[in-house]
Amino acid sequence: MSSQAYTPGLKRKTATIVRKIRRLPIQGDVLVKRGDDVEADAIVARTFIPGEVHVVNVAGLLGTDAWETSEYMLKKEGEQVKEKEPLAMVKGFFGLFKRYAFAPASGTVERISDVTGQVLVRELQVPLEIDAYIPGKVVETLPTEGATIETPAAFIQGIFGVGGERKGRLMTIAETPNEALNAKQLRPECSERILVGGALVNNDALQKATKLGVKGIIVGGIDYRDLTSFLGYKIGIAITGQEDIPFTLIVTEGFGEMPMSEKTFSLLKKFDGKHASINGATQIRAGVIRPEIVIPRPELTTAKLGDFGEKREFLEQGLLPGTPIRIIRKPYFGALGVVSKLPVPLQTIETESEVRVLEAELADGRRVIVPRANVEIIEE
Amino acid sequence: MATDCGSTTSKARFFKKLGNEYRFVASGEAPTTVEAPFEDVTLGVRNAIREVEELTGHKLLAEHGIIAPSSGKKKGVDLYVTTSSAGGGLQMMVAGVVKTMTAESAERAALGAGAIVMDVMAVDDGRRPHEKIGRIRYLRPDMILMAGGTDGGTIKHVVETAELIDAAEPKPRLGVEFELPIVFAGNKEARKLIKLILDKKYALKVVDNLRPVLEMENTDPARNVIHELFMEHVMSHAPGYDRLMKWTPIPIMPTPAAEGKMFQTIAETYKANVIGVGLGGATTNVYSIYENEFVRTVSANLGMSYSICNVLKEAGTENIIRWMPFDIDDEDLRNRLYNKMIRPTTIPQNVEDLVVEHAVAREALRLGFQHHKLLARPLRGIQRQRTIADIFEQEAFEETYIDMLHVDWLAGTGGLLSHAPRRAQSALMLIDGFQPEGVTNLAQDSVFMMPHLGVLSTIHPKAALEIFEKDCLVRIGICIAPRGIGKEEDVMKVVVRMPDNSVLEEQVSFGSIKKVPLKEGEKAEVEIFPFRGGDVGQGSGKRRKVVVEGGVVGIILDARGRPLILPEDNDERKQKLIEGFKALDAFPEKLYEMGGD
Repeated sequence: MSSQAYTPGLKRKTATIVRKIRRLPIQGDVLVKRGDDVEADAIVARTFIPGEVHVVNVAGLLGTDAWETSEYMLKKEGEQVKEKEPLAMVKGFFGLFKRYAFAPASGTVERISDVTGQVLVRELQVPLEIDAYIPGKVVETLPTEGATIETPAAFIQGIFGVGGERKGRLMTIAETPNEALNAKQLRPECSERILVGGALVNNDALQKATKLGVKGIIVGGIDYRDLTSFLGYKIGIAITGQEDIPFTLIVTEGFGEMPMSEKTFSLLKKFDGKHASINGATQIRAGVIRPEIVIPRPELTTAKLGDFGEKREFLEQGLLPGTPIRIIRKPYFGALGVVSKLPVPLQTIETESEVRVLEAELADGRRVIVPRANVEIIEE
Repeated sequence: MATDCGSTTSKARFFKKLGNEYRFVASGEAPTTVEAPFEDVTLGVRNAIREVEELTGHKLLAEHGIIAPSSGKKKGVDLYVTTSSAGGGLQMMVAGVVKTMTAESAERAALGAGAIVMDVMAVDDGRRPHEKIGRIRYLRPDMILMAGGTDGGTIKHVVETAELIDAAEPKPRLGVEFELPIVFAGNKEARKLIKLILDKKYALKVVDNLRPVLEMENTDPARNVIHELFMEHVMSHAPGYDRLMKWTPIPIMPTPAAEGKMFQTIAETYKANVIGVGLGGATTNVYSIYENEFVRTVSANLGMSYSICNVLKEAGTENIIRWMPFDIDDEDLRNRLYNKMIRPTTIPQNVEDLVVEHAVAREALRLGFQHHKLLARPLRGIQRQRTIADIFEQEAFEETYIDMLHVDWLAGTGGLLSHAPRRAQSALMLIDGFQPEGVTNLAQDSVFMMPHLGVLSTIHPKAALEIFEKDCLVRIGICIAPRGIGKEEDVMKVVVRMPDNSVLEEQVSFGSIKKVPLKEGEKAEVEIFPFRGGDVGQGSGKRRKVVVEGGVVGIILDARGRPLILPEDNDERKQKLIEGFKALDAFPEKLYEMGGD
């Protein structure tokens, strides 16, 4: 006997509490304290990462044996050195000819090796800072690592994205969620904005957006080909967020032309002109990370967010009759509906696999049977 | 109770002593919860076990974890064991001096320990020191294995590598404040210097040289210490593992290590050369036990869920489409696979979609095996007497030592193979992906429990073997496939003396595939007359007589030739595929209705 059940879901919330842990990759100093109000650009923590290392083959350059390298060094371990400054020197016959090994960069002599004849010069440390990403209150500090920022906000997850954290004002371009975003619609006022499109964005529009300096594009679908030419390479694994691209792209539904879900579209449209923090980082493994759109709503008080708790409880119960769902695999890909029945025994589907299924009533009135694994709960 | 915390799902398998024998009873699965937002692996394990509780009515969980020891008929377990590849498994970087010698041995040792090798560094790998330093920094491995120098050989190059690692100051992936484990298994004369360089900042372990002399590879000490460090340093820092470790009395094993143990069991039980494969969501693990030589490879980015698009990238659409008996638009295929990548837990609902996934699986298997053969090859750097002919045949000399004609077993595990609705589908995937030659037994894991049994076998081998033979290993059948390419008019003839002594004669034209039913447990004597130029193990065109044991599918007569080349003409190719599927009764009729057009 075997059983399997999944209820993946993307979040689409008009009002919720968003908490972001801002953490340094290595230990450092935390610059904020609990209770502080911070802007999205405020630096929360800072550290220094070791500088680049240069390897100088001193023995080779001087023509000496590796074991006598220390003897010819003009600089000792730990000493500062400037670029092109002599590191080591050997005198030739009767001291007439001198040979030098020079420092390839300014920094510190880190190691002199009498085994390999190599000397390591390390450049100065490079500062590494992380900002708050969202405006809000510091609710917790993590000593030497960072802090947690909290804000009331609208929160929407996409299905897939590329590009890291970016901030800007939302600007709805498409009139309807079914419309494809094209280059002609993009005008100079799109600069620095996060654009909201409909069902598709093509390569021309992506190019134009790059020229205009937009901060992000949120769209229902994208063709794999346009994504590949935008990135300059093919994506093989769904781990993204580190791409070196001019703006962040968030896809809410999937690959191919896919109308943005009505709810996502109207939610984004509702906040047209508002500041948003977005992140395309996607990681599809255990504990999936999906791209996100955070629209801070400082006007909301805790009291107004009161009903949040109840909804959460409902979601944790998973699929129930009446749960709004979307089908995420052929042959009903993209169809919206509600769960009408949840039969307990395994059922044989067309492929002859025995799986847990549900019956859904689609928006167009059809009743269909689909594997439970092929639906996602629409969180509202 | 045994669990496997996979990269996507945690799978629980419940075993019980029924009468005098140990048997598999029930299974449960749930999403793995090692990463955000849960960051506690035990939640997923609990959910998977809860499914078993629901299915069996046997109480297994308590507040503190798993109830052990068992207290009554329907409460608790006597033993809980687990494997893990969650959070990306064990990710290692290896380094050696010469790329094709000590670095390659180090790679084999790390892979043998069940690791994913992120990079192989060598003095002669063509990268400049600053590039290597940048790479080490970027990778953030769980552990580094350093080899290099035979005992008494080079010290300078080994120290050079240590200096580079030290300069890069690599940080472990999990737990930033902990020391990164480094295993040194190189020239023993260099140990003192290596300690001087690395001992202060890293958790350095020194073990016997894995290549003490060029003629010998000794990977066991390195492999054992990697397992130790995996528990001590890596697992203990992964979210929730501190608790999981307390639930089980024996060490958590990396999934590929446990899986490999069971393939080794097949080789030992049947005294045979075995090729095994674990086709997972994130990786494809290939194992070979050939002439007692055990090699394991983990192709980190060839998988059927979140790395499915990497299979697409490496294989190309043409190679995937060639396995489908219907036309599919290139763009449609790509968008479908990208959609599978971003929603990896979905399953095919219609036959067409199932065939698409199986086509990708064939390519993942092919590519995984290709990768495997690069490491399953003779040790390099050994002085050999070469003749002029050897020099001309340089390429052949460098190739793998695995000769498919001498592989006795081909076995598969992993979600996709185990969940294939008909066993004939798994048979075809294995055959097309690996292209076995001669006479090969085909087998598969029934419901994906090889890793579970692998870890169980370390403490209770008897129970593991009993369950393995009765409930895990499904004999699919026998594949008879001549090596070589024939002509259209050529025919392979097979005379089968069935268990009831009746004699059956079958002829298969070159390019075709057929089956002769022979049930599991039944034996038959088969006389094979390969097509002209075909070799089934006795030489070109020579007949072979062999006794075979049946399986769920039976005896598969594959006269499509080796290497397997599908017809170039699209219609002819589709026709051939449909013929093959029909001959093996591999798919429901519905598929054939949509083919051809």
